[in-house]
Amino acid sequence: MNRAPQSWNTERARALVLRHREREGGLLPALHDLQDEFGFIPDAAIALLADVFNISRADVFGVVTFYHDFKRAPGGRHVLKLCRAEACQAVGGEVLARDVHAQLKTSWNETTADGRITVEPVFCLGLCASGPSAMLDGEPVARLTPEKVRALVEALE
Amino acid sequence: MSALRVRLSQDAAAIALGARRVADALAKESVALTRVGSRGLFWLEPLMEIETARGWVAFGPVAAADVPSILDAVRNGKGHPLALGAIEELPFLKKQTRLTFARCGTIDPASLDAYAMAGGTTGLKCAIEIGPEKIVEAVTQSGLRGRGGAGFPAGIKWKSAAEARGPKKYIACNADEGDSGTYADRMLMEGDPFLLIEGMAIAGIAIGATKGYVYIRSEYPQAIAAMTRAVAVARDNGLLGSRVLGSAHEFDVEIRSGAGSYVCGEETAMLESIEGKRGQVRAKPPLPVHKGLFGAPTVVNNVLTLAAVPTILSEGAEFYRDFGVGRSRGTMPIQLAGDIKFGGLFETPFGPTLGELVDDIGGGTLSGRPVRAVQVGGPLGAYFPRALFDTKFDYEAFTERGGLIGHGGIVVFNDTVDLLKQARFAMEFCAIESCGKCTPCRIGSVRGMDVIDRIRTEPDPLRQISLLRDLCEIMKSGSLCALGGFVPYPVLSALEHFPGDFA
Repeated sequence: MNRAPQSWNTERARALVLRHREREGGLLPALHDLQDEFGFIPDAAIALLADVFNISRADVFGVVTFYHDFKRAPGGRHVLKLCRAEACQAVGGEVLARDVHAQLKTSWNETTADGRITVEPVFCLGLCASGPSAMLDGEPVARLTPEKVRALVEALE
Repeated sequence: MSALRVRLSQDAAAIALGARRVADALAKESVALTRVGSRGLFWLEPLMEIETARGWVAFGPVAAADVPSILDAVRNGKGHPLALGAIEELPFLKKQTRLTFARCGTIDPASLDAYAMAGGTTGLKCAIEIGPEKIVEAVTQSGLRGRGGAGFPAGIKWKSAAEARGPKKYIACNADEGDSGTYADRMLMEGDPFLLIEGMAIAGIAIGATKGYVYIRSEYPQAIAAMTRAVAVARDNGLLGSRVLGSAHEFDVEIRSGAGSYVCGEETAMLESIEGKRGQVRAKPPLPVHKGLFGAPTVVNNVLTLAAVPTILSEGAEFYRDFGVGRSRGTMPIQLAGDIKFGGLFETPFGPTLGELVDDIGGGTLSGRPVRAVQVGGPLGAYFPRALFDTKFDYEAFTERGGLIGHGGIVVFNDTVDLLKQARFAMEFCAIESCGKCTPCRIGSVRGMDVIDRIRTEPDPLRQISLLRDLCEIMKSGSLCALGGFVPYPVLSALEHFPGDFA
């Protein structure tokens, strides 16, 4: 299970990033570490990465904004990724997503008003024979029904 | 009395269906539990196997509460409502020819000893013995073609890379399995990761590469963990390192995580991504075999391509080539998905018809409704109606019918499916995932959504349909890679085979 995001800390961020400085193509692994630790990639992180990897801030910005995994703003304490791809569509994924959004009063990439949970679309989790599927804080869940999602969400702190 | 030997899957799909709770329940019992990969019979997950005098017998789908009664039944020779009998006798498994997936679901994926005991590393030993040229020859002779979707002959690719000059060469394994309806790469990496490592090491020796990368999508955290662990074990035991299995060959593997971009499954976008850049497609030429990762000669192969190689080396090229039909040789792990009764991985020589796979093997829909359409080959694959269910599963037969087998995924839809909506989704997906480098894909996909929306709202749908066909032609011929270039497949096939949905 992924742990909850920590608040920004320059020293910690630098330590994470430095581990990847000498690696071939180290920028992506560094970004993953920052995203996992802080839950998003703030401007300070972009400046730090540009400095450590000796590339322009524009280059770093370009990479950050290209990938769906890297967020520019903090999300909820938990992340629910609901599969929107065809195999899950074939077993009612779209209806399920509508129900989840109605339950949580969200739409895609939005966080509940209490900051508890962000609902993101994902295009395939490789659980295509047991859909509709989702991933809750990194833990896969399958054969979902609105009731099952409700129980999962209620069990979160 | 010795403790019962029990196997339980730790595959992501089994976990998603409650395998952790079953494992917790088993921990309270005096059994010898091995966590294994999945057999790929997903309607039975969590699947539990127990060793008896009659061999391994299966139970599933198991809930935590069933554990005591199952163990009691086995110990006392009684029946159980979840008993399925001998696992190898289940028709879904018995009808398969498992070469690549022979071990998956039977061994502890973190144990190199278990892997070697079950025949692993034999291919690599043969490869070291015969040397680079003969490895390439064997792969060429086997008829193995790229399992990622393009179907390019692996031997020819390896030969080009072997002949290319460079101070350093790379093997880049494409494990960015983004196509909906596919999960074979994930299953293999979670269930038999050493097979992929062995295949990569053989490829490395063949072309003179010393480093390999496995680019795994971030949507697969369990696969990333399993591969990372296996690479560490392989290094500790000399399967990887400066002297592979004591030979003069150096080869090491590093795992890289994707970041949620579908287009990074395109080989040149993947190379850019490994280099730490935006996953934008490169124009070809130069081909990756000449100028790939960090400008060096690189073989990019899919997980299943590389994982087929150890068998070719250990059993011989002829053995592998003797399976299959026409120019599609060997076996293909076909993945049945969507609304299907017996959804799972079915490895078979090329050649069964779509109807056999969906109706006979897959048992039709899970919902019980009639099958109306199947999409083969992921989000860029064509939608086929029942009328085309006599199509044989091989590269050429699908191309002839205006489709593609892609990575071998078959998604089944029942009679409630709206093909106009599916066509629109194909365009929407392309718009979301386009890398933005070429105009037909970046702009065409957005325009495609608009035009499809207007088919139902405007008074003259035929005019819109003609526009849509025109747009698809431009995307097909003008896009830089398969994302924009292949999205016309689902759109045009929906239009051609289900015209009623576009009225």
